[in-house]
Amino acid sequence: MIRVALRGIEGRMLRTALTMLAVVLGVAMVSGTYVFTDTIEKAVDTLLTDAYTGSDAVVSAQDVVDPSAGEHGTIPAGLAAEVSALPEVAEVSGAITDTARLIGKDGEPISTRDQAIGVNVDTGEPRFNPLRLTDGRWPAGARETAIDAGTAAGYDFAVGDTIGVATDGRARRFTVTGIAEFTRLDSLGGLTLAIFDTSTAQAFLGKSGRFDEILVAAKQGVSPDRLVRAIRPILPGGAEVATGEAEVRSQAKGTNEDIALVRKFMLAFGGLALFVGGFVIFNTVSTTVAQRTRELATLRTLGASRRQVLGSVLLESLVIGAVASALGLVLGPALAKGLSALFAALGQDLPQIDAVVATRTVVVSLLVGILITLVAGLFPALRATSVPPISAVREGTLPRSPLAPYAPYAAGAAIAAGVGLLAFGMFAPDLSATWVLLLLAVGCFVLFVGVALISSRLVKPLASVLAWPAARTGGAAGRLARQNSVRNPARTAVTASALMIGLALITFVAVLGQGLQRSLGDAVEQVVRADYVVTADDGSGPLAPSLARSLASQPGVESISNIRRGLARVFGGDEPVNGVDPATIPAVASFDWVHGSDRTFAALGARGAVVQSTFADEHDLGVGRRFGIRTAEGKRVELTVRGIYVPPKFDPVLGPVIVSRRTFDATFEQPQDVLALVDVLGDASGARTRMLARALAGFPEADLQTRAEFIERRGKEIDDLLSLLYVLLALSVVVSLFGMVNTVALSVFERTRELGMLRAIGMTRRQVRRMVRQESVTTGLIGAALGMPLGILLAALVTTALKDEGVSFSLPVTTLVVFALVAATAGIVSATLPARRASRLEIVEALGYE
Amino acid sequence: MSETLATPAADVAEQAPQAVVAACGLTRRYGEGATSVDALREVWLEIARGQLTAIMGPSGSGKSTLMHLLAGLDRPTAGEVWIDGTNITKLGDTDLTRLRRRHIGFVFQFFNLLPMLTAEENVLLPLSIAGQKPDLDRYVELLDRVGLRERRTHRPSELSGGQQQRVAIARALVTQPTVVFADEPTGNLDSRTSGEILALLGDAVDAYNQTTVMVTHDANAAAIADRILFLADGRVVKELGRSSAHDVLTAMEEVSRR
Repeated sequence: MIRVALRGIEGRMLRTALTMLAVVLGVAMVSGTYVFTDTIEKAVDTLLTDAYTGSDAVVSAQDVVDPSAGEHGTIPAGLAAEVSALPEVAEVSGAITDTARLIGKDGEPISTRDQAIGVNVDTGEPRFNPLRLTDGRWPAGARETAIDAGTAAGYDFAVGDTIGVATDGRARRFTVTGIAEFTRLDSLGGLTLAIFDTSTAQAFLGKSGRFDEILVAAKQGVSPDRLVRAIRPILPGGAEVATGEAEVRSQAKGTNEDIALVRKFMLAFGGLALFVGGFVIFNTVSTTVAQRTRELATLRTLGASRRQVLGSVLLESLVIGAVASALGLVLGPALAKGLSALFAALGQDLPQIDAVVATRTVVVSLLVGILITLVAGLFPALRATSVPPISAVREGTLPRSPLAPYAPYAAGAAIAAGVGLLAFGMFAPDLSATWVLLLLAVGCFVLFVGVALISSRLVKPLASVLAWPAARTGGAAGRLARQNSVRNPARTAVTASALMIGLALITFVAVLGQGLQRSLGDAVEQVVRADYVVTADDGSGPLAPSLARSLASQPGVESISNIRRGLARVFGGDEPVNGVDPATIPAVASFDWVHGSDRTFAALGARGAVVQSTFADEHDLGVGRRFGIRTAEGKRVELTVRGIYVPPKFDPVLGPVIVSRRTFDATFEQPQDVLALVDVLGDASGARTRMLARALAGFPEADLQTRAEFIERRGKEIDDLLSLLYVLLALSVVVSLFGMVNTVALSVFERTRELGMLRAIGMTRRQVRRMVRQESVTTGLIGAALGMPLGILLAALVTTALKDEGVSFSLPVTTLVVFALVAATAGIVSATLPARRASRLEIVEALGYE
Repeated sequence: MSETLATPAADVAEQAPQAVVAACGLTRRYGEGATSVDALREVWLEIARGQLTAIMGPSGSGKSTLMHLLAGLDRPTAGEVWIDGTNITKLGDTDLTRLRRRHIGFVFQFFNLLPMLTAEENVLLPLSIAGQKPDLDRYVELLDRVGLRERRTHRPSELSGGQQQRVAIARALVTQPTVVFADEPTGNLDSRTSGEILALLGDAVDAYNQTTVMVTHDANAAAIADRILFLADGRVVKELGRSSAHDVLTAMEEVSRR
């Protein structure tokens, strides 16, 4: 008898542990997200505070275009002397901050463009210097640079080495004179620093006679506010001044908004994992209630009230929830490290600092973990209260829930409401993005609950179809597995529903991703006619204008057209403006003209522009109409519309405003190329590719691609996003796996005697394993059969809503087949341990003898 | 202790073709060291083909252990079990399972039917597990013999205890095993139903020349046996030929007093 009792507890301990794990993962995701984002926030804050150390006030150019777009104006260097002459000012220092990419020994840039920072060091004014040398000395003169310690260590550079530095496509070699680091950060993450003396920085970074900022220190007893008030009157138009503190805050604002967005995004996945975990908890508590029926009934006969029964069942949930949440909270910082690695793998290597665990992190993590457990446990607990005292003396089966007959109606209503919410969110006009996302999230949630409610009725028909191949090929084991999988339809349904949620969302992402990729490919194919495309290695960075000349001189190059790009303020918004060569552009790009033709480019003149039809419609522009643009440097130009074309919807490749290259160069201070389109005699080939690549050897940032490769590259962002989503959604699938293991283990445990009988009458261990595995595979496939159509439906809805954006619906058949196989494999994996246990049962013990 | 039963191993081996089941010095010890218990001590016996043998004894005498060892469900601490000329103690788990499939049928006290299968599917389960097709004529004859023809599509929950045990007996017989082991086949039935089930078991022995070993503590059950072995303290202590229920009871009392 004691052995039987111990077995019961053992069975329940495994179940409790697995249930806890399901909650632990969700809570860890929540706390990990908080730790991760709080830590980045602090690191960025530290970086900025350091950068403005010693600055009581900062003078900079007023932002004409959005500074987050990466382009900002400069101020004349002479202003520094004027500021310095003020009686309130103790010291000033002119600062340069721009993009400067360190080139590794393999000839490849070390960091991405937006993480490659070039700065000047004003050795005469050390109070403004946030950096500290770890080796060597500060650079002096046009041939010297200092680099950050992380790059020096990671890419094997030492004082005395030479290193290539590229800016705006041009590269030059410098001698490393020093290694420097920020005083308070553990690591810069993916950031690299190239440090020059002031005049070298100005000349090399294209800012001769200019500064990005002037850092100002006040005299003793002068407050930053007084300093700012003193400086403001002497500033020319286009310059502004702020206290150091205000500058840190305004610069951190953009990053903090981004981080807040990332936080919400990732919390959503934590919430999803907890939602899936709720299904696992529901199953566990339901099973416990079923097994404790007689005990609960006995309690009732002894005078326990329904409320006390409810409490005794909820207690189990509470304990599971509290312990699991605490574990999840503790795992949070470790998961934050994992998230950091995940982002680094996707090219977002962020600065590192000691992990930040805020009180809010602790409170929220514990609260959501415990709440979800209590809510999921509430339904079975309520059902436990309907156990009549008579069950104590009769064979105790749990009475059907009084709500059970209404379940199909509730399910129907929930499904209808879910689809309604989704449709409303997607098709209703004039909803803000927040509302759309909220409606979609709630819609999905309600839809999933609805399908889960009806799923217990779908289990039997689905199992008979899905387990058919197994029953055909698996012999008696396969046939028994098919019948076993529907013996507890409610439990199978909840288990499969948990898997359904993850699979539905993964399917949704895959189908939508395929649609986006295809739309993108179609769009680029429509515009780009050239055999080869040259871009910066990140796809959108600047190229040296001299690059086009090097390519043009290669034999076999029929035509080459380089395209400039700059941001300008147009009709109150920041829009990209492209400058093209009127002579060569028609040979390498196609335009779907509304007004004008390929000859229009030749007739653009100094003030003509070609605009996209969408842009023309939006601003009511016809041919001959004029509009103004203003550059980041504050230069205004009046343009006249000469041609209108229809851009491909999804990826227009070129911006809404196209001018001639001459006009562009006269308007923008630092003209930069973004694309070079190359047409060769015949088609792209290996030999041609090698030849062109050799011609580009002097441009480390440039990347030569065939047209097909270019299309693929344009889709990389989508691929990266898909990868990130897959990883985050995989978390929910893992949670549902714990539920599957739980269910298989329970089936084995409950059928111990049956397994003994089967072994006695001739079932081999192998057959037993196959039977258990097959049952679990069937559950997994039911999850796929419920989830994948749902995901496809969601994707169809979203693509319909996005039709106007040029998004098409396309089924990635291979990927979907893989997902179905993954679901089946999930079944096999979950069944591994329970199947082994089942096959190793001692027959005599299993038969319940002695 | 009757010395006549203590046959040397060599003799048993020589006689193996005649004996369908033979136990040679069978010992089963549970636990280790000071707390170990010998459930079976050096038991020697042979079961002849076509005979119904009953194994009786007070609880804890080792009769269930003996049956488990003879049927290849458990492994002896020492000694050997021979079934149809094969020393099963030397077999690995898979070979042993195959041997059970081919040579052994089981009838359990608690029927042990699969609740989701019909009566017919339960009967055919051993063939299905072995991947064999039933011989239809024999199967229909078997169904008639156990009286299940009308209830072949019923599930266990729709059958009475006696009917369930009939299904179980049909399941044991369907493979035409070398030997059927019945463990307290009437232990969970009322006396009238018990009588019917015993009659059915006896009938199978007569009709199919079915070698059967039945563990029981019911004197009425033992009374249908051709041979009755009495166990006490893990040893065979007495043997009777065909006897009346009264003689069986007397012998039991004698055995229990020892």
